[in-house]
Amino acid sequence: MEPLIACKDVSLGYENREVASGINLEVYPGDYLCIVGENGSGKSTLIKGLAGLIRPLRGQITVAPALREESIGYLPQQTAAQKDFPATVSEVVISGCLKRRGFLPFYSADEKRLARKNMKKLGIDSMARRCFRELSGGQKQRVLLARALCATEKLLILDEPTTGLDPTAVTEMYQLIQKLNREDHVAVIMVSHDIMNALSQAKTVLHLKQQPLFYGTVQDYRKSETGRGFLGGEDYLGTN
Amino acid sequence: MELISEMLSYSFITRAFLVGILVSLCAALLGVSLVLKRYSMIGDGLSHVSFGALSVALAMGFSPLPVSLPVVIIAAVLLLRLSETGKLRSDAAIALISSSALAIGIIVTSLTSGLTADVDSYMFGSILAMSGDDVVLSVILSIIVLGLYLVCYNKIFAVTFDESFSRATGVHVSFYNTLMAVLTAVTIVLGMRIMGALLISSLVIFPALTAMRVFKSFRGVVICSAALSVAAFCVGMVVSYQYSTPVGASVVLTNLGIFLAAALIGAIREGKRKKI
Repeated sequence: MEPLIACKDVSLGYENREVASGINLEVYPGDYLCIVGENGSGKSTLIKGLAGLIRPLRGQITVAPALREESIGYLPQQTAAQKDFPATVSEVVISGCLKRRGFLPFYSADEKRLARKNMKKLGIDSMARRCFRELSGGQKQRVLLARALCATEKLLILDEPTTGLDPTAVTEMYQLIQKLNREDHVAVIMVSHDIMNALSQAKTVLHLKQQPLFYGTVQDYRKSETGRGFLGGEDYLGTN
Repeated sequence: MELISEMLSYSFITRAFLVGILVSLCAALLGVSLVLKRYSMIGDGLSHVSFGALSVALAMGFSPLPVSLPVVIIAAVLLLRLSETGKLRSDAAIALISSSALAIGIIVTSLTSGLTADVDSYMFGSILAMSGDDVVLSVILSIIVLGLYLVCYNKIFAVTFDESFSRATGVHVSFYNTLMAVLTAVTIVLGMRIMGALLISSLVIFPALTAMRVFKSFRGVVICSAALSVAAFCVGMVVSYQYSTPVGASVVLTNLGIFLAAALIGAIREGKRKKI
């Protein structure tokens, strides 16, 4: 099987200043990779590289041809401009279909159907006409997730999807991501601070500190030196 | 009604109406994205550059529109690059460029023709500004701007709402940003003869801000902004004719009036919701 996305000796950074280097990883259909590390460890930079927002300084990021034809389902962190942006939920969701559009200016009935299907899947179809800026944090993230699903159903790249959400919304968000991964076989790459939740559902872990300290399955990570150090004592209870 | 038919019997007023309505439409449509992307000041900066280019063109005896168009388009692309790369703080950069362009314009005119009524009309706009040739060029260009905006509407929405996502989806974000900057430049050059260099940016900002207080969907805001802009321009023109006030200033004050009314209605509605 061909990986959806693969990194080979990739270095990333800005204007020749390296932020993360020596990264090797492969993500296959149905995988769930969680990228962890402290602040400033290069996690977000790596995510930007994978989403194609910045080019690697060295090495190669290969995207499977099947995925290149569609696009990458990216869930970026929310920007300041979106706080007062006038747009309805359905306007935001359908904008995920843009790549399918090519040069044609307007959306077709198929794309409207796809947008509705994804809104239903994430339980936001009842708020299709509501204004994005008036939604709660958790609802907003679900809208952006539905938009990402309109772009592709193969690979989601999530940049700290639960930042700023209240505890209930965090749990719901993780359940949703897990459901997409298990039931719809959407591959997931996620950066998260919320390591306990993330590790409880991810399949593989990449621990980053400018360079990869660990890359492997969650089980091995919990046993490893790096993992135990990062998770603190709590995890002994978890695995017993 | 009589007043309007009396106004339309003057061909220079008909020309001003025609160009003004088209430019108001373009400005309002582009304005929504500019305001949301925090680029409102670019419109203001460009109008000053446009004034500079216009003065130089006149001093050298060229027709003003064809000369100032390319200059302002280049300035627009430059301002956009500056704010994207963040090398110079963009608000500071715009202030620098716009005041320098204004200064160049003033120096050039005072050295050649002196600060005459002409200069006054560039600064504050004039109903008499449009010649027959200008009208033809303005109508063609504003129809091109409107057409491009409609064709790119969905991409413009996506790029305005979320640049990172759009880029990850394979949309050429910088192309659309440049396109918007160029369209804004064209609109400003066309509109500044009537509205004046110092007042044209209000045409970009006011309708969008007002519409945002009333509507919740992007499409609603865009349509409302366009309608308000045209309405405010027409009312401003009539007021200007009736009371012999300058057109540009009358249109700006009409826009301000509508904005305040919308803000008031919004505040009352908000208050009611809180009580319930």
